[in-house]
Amino acid sequence: MTRPGLLSVLTLSILLTACGADDDAMVLYGPDPTLPEPSRGLLPNMTIAKPTGWGDELPTVPEGYSVSAIATDLLIPRQTLVLPNGDILVAEGRGGNASALRPKHVIAGYIKAQGNTSVKSGNRLTLLRDSDGDGTYEQQGIFAEDLNAPYGLALIGDDLYVANQDALVRFDYEEGQTRASAAPETLTELPSAINHHWTKAMTASEDGDYLYVGIGSNSNITERGMEAEVDRAVIWQVQTDTGAHKTYASGVRNPTALAMHPDTGSLWAVVNERDELGPNLTPDYLTSVREGGFYGWPYSYWGQNVDHRVRPQDPDKVAASITPDYSLGSHVAPLGVDFADGKLGGAFADGAFVGQHGSWNRKDLAGYKVVFIPFNDGQPAGDPVDFATGFIDDEGKARGRPVGVTVDPEGALIIADDLSNTIWRVTQER
Amino acid sequence: MTATVDRSHQTPQMTLSPLHAVLLAGTIPLFLGALLSDIAYFQTYQIQWVNFSSWLVAGGLVFTALALLCGISGLFRAEGHSGRSKLYVVLLLLTWVLGFINSLVHARDAWATMPSGLILSVIVALLASIATAVRFSARRTGGAL
Repeated sequence: MTRPGLLSVLTLSILLTACGADDDAMVLYGPDPTLPEPSRGLLPNMTIAKPTGWGDELPTVPEGYSVSAIATDLLIPRQTLVLPNGDILVAEGRGGNASALRPKHVIAGYIKAQGNTSVKSGNRLTLLRDSDGDGTYEQQGIFAEDLNAPYGLALIGDDLYVANQDALVRFDYEEGQTRASAAPETLTELPSAINHHWTKAMTASEDGDYLYVGIGSNSNITERGMEAEVDRAVIWQVQTDTGAHKTYASGVRNPTALAMHPDTGSLWAVVNERDELGPNLTPDYLTSVREGGFYGWPYSYWGQNVDHRVRPQDPDKVAASITPDYSLGSHVAPLGVDFADGKLGGAFADGAFVGQHGSWNRKDLAGYKVVFIPFNDGQPAGDPVDFATGFIDDEGKARGRPVGVTVDPEGALIIADDLSNTIWRVTQER
Repeated sequence: MTATVDRSHQTPQMTLSPLHAVLLAGTIPLFLGALLSDIAYFQTYQIQWVNFSSWLVAGGLVFTALALLCGISGLFRAEGHSGRSKLYVVLLLLTWVLGFINSLVHARDAWATMPSGLILSVIVALLASIATAVRFSARRTGGAL
């Protein structure tokens, strides 16, 4: 059987500019990435890694660490939350209801679906429990169901907050509970029209007074019209006691995961940047989020680099655009972030873990792994270090695709894999 | 003495079936519609116009392709050996190829379609009109496909 490892559906190479060859000469990561000239052939370069199973394989983790699957056969796990008693909540589902507006959307939607799971959206929270602390999560049950593409999770005291794709809801939670006692109440509606980027990432402030909710743009680069972008590409700050919100930061195209830095208390986000400007544009990034800050989308990228696909343009907005802190590389699709906070030891004590779902708009695959960004004094300091790899096999097929990453205070990293529908747990060997 | 004139030798009259005629004539409003939508987007930045032109170009390509099939099959009939029917097929093929490139340009996001999409729409609408004029001016309505 000689099936190609990569489903290179639309690679009309002669029409495309060469890519990948000069990756080595470019700075892909860090505070000052190389920004080549925008390039786009007649066809967008769509290369999707065809899914395959893990079989007996496991993700590759650094020496001194071990990995195991603690839950399988889930219904599209995205983000996880470790509860005070060590239980793990898993948000499962798939959202979005963007209709196809052009022939392109019909074709691209079909191609992208080839790289994703065909499982139905779970729309639920699953609770995993390891009663005896042996690392095997023998108890697995449904904590809540009939949710609407839940994604962001946060626990403040006895309140469990869940960011559905259309609303922020609250459950009462008691330690040890394995099933929600009642249907949730809505704290606030969230922008959900179209929901091109539907994930509602969420984290809580240290004092528990606020929740931060990431609301992605409704298009790649305004191709659904400026009107569709009201209250999009923003991070909301929501008061937990009233549900009132304000826009905390804007111009963040798709903030897919948020986390508070444990030492500085500042808000950090991973952001998926725009496509169709070439294999090494535009860098997806990890950044601290400044209150009131504008991060460029749609008018410019990586600070003040104007995106000429946007009309009308806005030079004032371009001038006000903040350059993000740290490039993760273009098209790697970061969907998870959490700070190590000294829980995993060794070289992984101070820094951020980032789950990278992996590219589709690039000939050479990028992402498809979990990396660690070392920090020093609350700022990124150094190149990314691979923490969990092996999500792409030797033939270029995808065994899994990482999404949410959560540091378990017991000394583990929880990785949600939404292609193989697995939860991985990486621990330091003792 | 009365001379009998075989008109088909004087002016090359090619059969144009109703189906072929409809398919061919349909290319003009579709590509013209795409052109007008592109002009509207160019002037207003209202994205819906370029959505319209994307579909209109796609529709024009379907009609052009079917008319092209009719035209090519005509080449294999006796009347298809005329220079005019070959010119028609070449024009229509060119319309389709440039129309296809135009559809790829229209698959770009937002203003990345401009100005090349508008320029191509002008050329394609003109080509479709010329191809149609060439074929209709040499028609004999009715008959086989």
